[in-house]
Amino acid sequence: MSETGIGAALRRKEDARFLTGTGTFTDDISRPGQLYAHIVRSPYAHAKITAIDTTEAAAAPGVAAVLTGKDMAADGVNPLPCGWQIHSRDGSPMAEPGHPALAVDTVRHVGDRVAVVVAETRHQAREAGALVEVTYEALPAAASITAALADGAPLVHEDVPGNLCFDWEIGDAAAVDEAFAEAAHVVELDLVNQRLIPNAIEPRAAIGEYDAASDMTTLYTTSQNPHLIRLLLGAFVMGLPEHKLRVVAPDVGGGFGSKIFHYPEEVIVTWAARRLGRPVKWTATRSESFQSDAHGRDHVTHGELALAEDGTFLGLRVSTKANLGAYLSTFGSAVPTYLYGTLFAGCYKTPAIYGNVKAVFTHTVPVDAYRGAGRPEAAFMLERLVDLAARKLSMSPVVIRRRNFIEAFPYATPVALEYDAGDYHATLDMALQLADYDGFEARREEARGRGKLRGIGLSTFVEACGIAPSAVAGALGARAGLYESGQIRVHPTGSVTVYTGTHSHGQGHETTFAQLVSEHLGVDVDAVDVVHGDSAKSSFGMGTYGSRSLAVGGNAIYMAMQKVIEKGRKIAAHLMEASPDDVEFERGVFRVAGTDKEKTLGEVALTAYVPHDYPEDLEPGLDETAFYDPKNFTFPAGAHVVEVEVDPETGTVELVNVSCADDVGTVVNPMIVDGQMHGGLAQGIGQALLERAVYDDSGQLVTGSYMNYTMPRAADLPSFTLGTHVTECTHNPLGVKGVGEVGSIGVPPAVINAVVDALAHLGVTHVEMPATPEKVWRTIRDAQA
Amino acid sequence: MPTVTLTVNERAHTTDVESRTLLVELLRDLLGLTGTHVGCDTSQCGACTVLVDGRSVKSCTTLAVDVAGSAVTTIEGLAANGKLHPMQAAFKEHHGLQCGYCTPGMVMSALDLAGRNADPSEAEVREWLEGNLCRCTGYHNIVKAVQEGARAMGGAS
Amino acid sequence: MQTFDYHRPASLAGALEALRGAEDGKILAGGQSLLPIMKLDLVGPSALVSLKGIAELRGIDREGDTLRIGAMTTHAEVAESDVVRDAIPGLAAMAHGIGDAQVRNVGTLGGAIAHADPAADYPAALVALEATVVTDRRHIAADDFFRGFFTTALEDDEIITEVTFPVPDKAAYAKFPNPASRYAIVGVMVAARRGGVRVAVTGAGRGVFRVEAMEHALSDEFAAGTLDGIAMAPDDLVSDMDASGEYRAHLLGVMARRAVEACG
Repeated sequence: MSETGIGAALRRKEDARFLTGTGTFTDDISRPGQLYAHIVRSPYAHAKITAIDTTEAAAAPGVAAVLTGKDMAADGVNPLPCGWQIHSRDGSPMAEPGHPALAVDTVRHVGDRVAVVVAETRHQAREAGALVEVTYEALPAAASITAALADGAPLVHEDVPGNLCFDWEIGDAAAVDEAFAEAAHVVELDLVNQRLIPNAIEPRAAIGEYDAASDMTTLYTTSQNPHLIRLLLGAFVMGLPEHKLRVVAPDVGGGFGSKIFHYPEEVIVTWAARRLGRPVKWTATRSESFQSDAHGRDHVTHGELALAEDGTFLGLRVSTKANLGAYLSTFGSAVPTYLYGTLFAGCYKTPAIYGNVKAVFTHTVPVDAYRGAGRPEAAFMLERLVDLAARKLSMSPVVIRRRNFIEAFPYATPVALEYDAGDYHATLDMALQLADYDGFEARREEARGRGKLRGIGLSTFVEACGIAPSAVAGALGARAGLYESGQIRVHPTGSVTVYTGTHSHGQGHETTFAQLVSEHLGVDVDAVDVVHGDSAKSSFGMGTYGSRSLAVGGNAIYMAMQKVIEKGRKIAAHLMEASPDDVEFERGVFRVAGTDKEKTLGEVALTAYVPHDYPEDLEPGLDETAFYDPKNFTFPAGAHVVEVEVDPETGTVELVNVSCADDVGTVVNPMIVDGQMHGGLAQGIGQALLERAVYDDSGQLVTGSYMNYTMPRAADLPSFTLGTHVTECTHNPLGVKGVGEVGSIGVPPAVINAVVDALAHLGVTHVEMPATPEKVWRTIRDAQA
Repeated sequence: MPTVTLTVNERAHTTDVESRTLLVELLRDLLGLTGTHVGCDTSQCGACTVLVDGRSVKSCTTLAVDVAGSAVTTIEGLAANGKLHPMQAAFKEHHGLQCGYCTPGMVMSALDLAGRNADPSEAEVREWLEGNLCRCTGYHNIVKAVQEGARAMGGAS
Repeated sequence: MQTFDYHRPASLAGALEALRGAEDGKILAGGQSLLPIMKLDLVGPSALVSLKGIAELRGIDREGDTLRIGAMTTHAEVAESDVVRDAIPGLAAMAHGIGDAQVRNVGTLGGAIAHADPAADYPAALVALEATVVTDRRHIAADDFFRGFFTTALEDDEIITEVTFPVPDKAAYAKFPNPASRYAIVGVMVAARRGGVRVAVTGAGRGVFRVEAMEHALSDEFAAGTLDGIAMAPDDLVSDMDASGEYRAHLLGVMARRAVEACG
């Protein structure tokens, strides 16, 4: 290991600008002549728009335009598309109602966009926004899964009967029926995976700009994947050719999934800028973020696990209703299906699995991927059932898991995945040791003396990252490829620019990818720059989500480096008058094997750009691009152990200890990997104990600000104890798997299992998330009654 | 329109503002100091934290006219001669930032704590940061950075 | 936020004049409650009169058994004051638990009590400690000052100058904060002095209130155990997403006991 290569805890290259306030976030950008957009939003969950009077607003000071959905439709702007088509179990395609960026005649959630006011200043736009007179005919709303599925429920879309988008299945129902018929034990559980609001601290923002002279349209936006936005906005929504549309996602202040999607505001500012011939900027207030960023999770599930007498899992049956919100968000249909049902096996060799998912439209903000996206829901369901089974069979939660672990790889699950590598015993061993699991009962006893109820819980889980390959995803309904691009431009004197189609919004790609170059090309990290986030600079790529950046993008960079090395080998061989077959490359130096003849990468690069003495049939230049389409997902796995103390007087749950052992494949930068774990754990703990989005029956978002949506704060969390056990991914050259989502997937069931363990002596078998003080207090009181 | 004179990062500024102009608007829109960020509209996230006369305040909940005559320090005013301030350096060393959006507010808040407590415990740091939200780091490394930064500042003075 | 005229008088007289001269003037103290609601356009005063320039409204001192805190004294100043810590440590501790560090640096005693948020901490302290609110024109006993939901006895043009607290034998505050807003779901201040014990509650009702049954019990014997069996009626308490009336009633008992225990 070099000091800056793979395995080094290199301090981040990007930190200097963020620490000095010189980063460039979208709202930091001001374009010459820029106008400001204010979006008029629906205060109703469901209503007909009977009239919009823009007269007074249009006459207000500084107002350049007041535009509505009718204006947008008249300009031929199309609704936003969905990126993944699901088929129901009867073979029919999902219902796919349109999602206009500005509502035309019906609003379907509080915060739905009705009109845009564009003015010289932010204050003027906002003040004029209050003067737009929208006449609504309020209609009854279906604000929850239950309400939307009830007989006679208000329809979110008139052409979608029963509000049912699709009725999807996975696995073998008959085999599962058989397994349950033979089972010695069955445990079952109703559970809710509550709706969450991602809350990246940077609110979304977008600036549209049109340059008539070059007929070039530019969109600056807070996006995790600028190329995808360009494709959707250009080809599908506005009909702009890609060479005339540039999408820039500069520094982005966190995403966690919520900035993957193509949002109406991106369409609105781009369209308005083209109409007005001036740049148009929109920046969300946090209140707008709550009402317009895609939310996450929101499942209601019934799970059943069939077991043999000795605790061997025989079959798993899952029935889930998933809330899609009012419209199909970009990947809203993929999350409760292929990112969820495919994970039902977890790390266990359950032979028969069947799942059914009914996806439902409601009068709420669209639901889409949020850190983990489908996999936390699967892990929570499974790990709660496993714990329940252990209690029913009076087995240790450790033993029942070990008895069912998959031990031989590759392993084909009954739900369409093939795990390539893992060692679930090793991560469990490590986690138990980190947590001093064996010493727990003494700690429980000591806590009891202080009047506290102490519990310990664990979860062992697998997740799937770097969704791929493209052909398989396409066959399952994906409307995009899932490869990634990487370009290595070696400059004439040997410094390197890396272009990636992934996007960094906290993950530290500028450092991690530079470390790959340091490791494989021997170039000093300070001589490497990583460029991302601009469709005009990088080759087409799919951006960053699903923990894919290193697993897919990193390997694309690796492949491009191999091309550089191969070409460089020919140049070096020519310079050293040797056969390319005899030239070795190591740490930035080409060497004729067995001799002291050598040429540095810098010398070879200079020769490539000043090709005076050069191989005859070789192109000049040293600038290579690779597109990497993985052969399979990667499968990070781990074991998380959580210890809690419950205050029985108030129901407060205190996290005493969070110990995690994870296998995320080869670790490039352990400092960054730990940081990703910390963040995922905080969001997972947030789900388990603190966070919930609440709509009232009329469809008003009750938790619409930080006054009532509980964000984890520093004092809500402990320091985390982390360990890593590596099994390399077998099908990508770097052996990497992905780490971004591990914490948010693995820890929620461990927290709830710990809370249940603390209360189990009272007969408590389940506590819903978030385990708020009142809920826990009530559970204790009811159990004692 | 009221005229406001105040010192920002040791430089005097005299600017016409509306009475309703928030300190953060003055900094970002009028002075171009975009390092101070806005993350919410209910005065809770702390991304906009700056020092006013040495004390951490939320610049989104401060009227520019009401701090006329004060000395304001923002994230842009910390590094000197190309060298990071010890608190900034500690955030880098301990990976106390990821996306960087909450970071300026975190650093400014941490400076206020360090001024009162040169060797804060983990619990003291966690409690102090109640007014600063981070969604990336889980606070683990921020807490370490603030502790180390405070110690380094104590050692430096 | 709507536009307004801004005044920063240097004297109390100037402040009163500016206030009377405005159509719909409001006093700006620390602004930590007022500015957030102005930003959301929930209120839109025609003028703000900042008290920042009036030095006499700031400061803490003790004369005999009376602690005096100027209206413009910040929560941080109260929390960190050796005078307060010595006279009424429970009051300093309470101030340390208000809002967050940034709010405590700016938010003021006068602003907090004038705003009279039903979940704010200070009202419980003033009522339990039998404080007196001093204004430009009169003295108002805390019991008379708070009039329920965001309502006080203040006249439109009346300015709080200071609050005086008779030093008790002991006093402590226990709060169960809302997990999101950190305002009190239930906050209980208990103060004991020769004349008796006071138990004042914030967060649980439409304004601060006293619990006489607890006061009687504690006056007989000042021990947490004496509160056992004193049940609150849930229907009389606030019920919301984060805490039902039933839970608040229960927490009120727990916080009262903890406050008594914290009195030492």
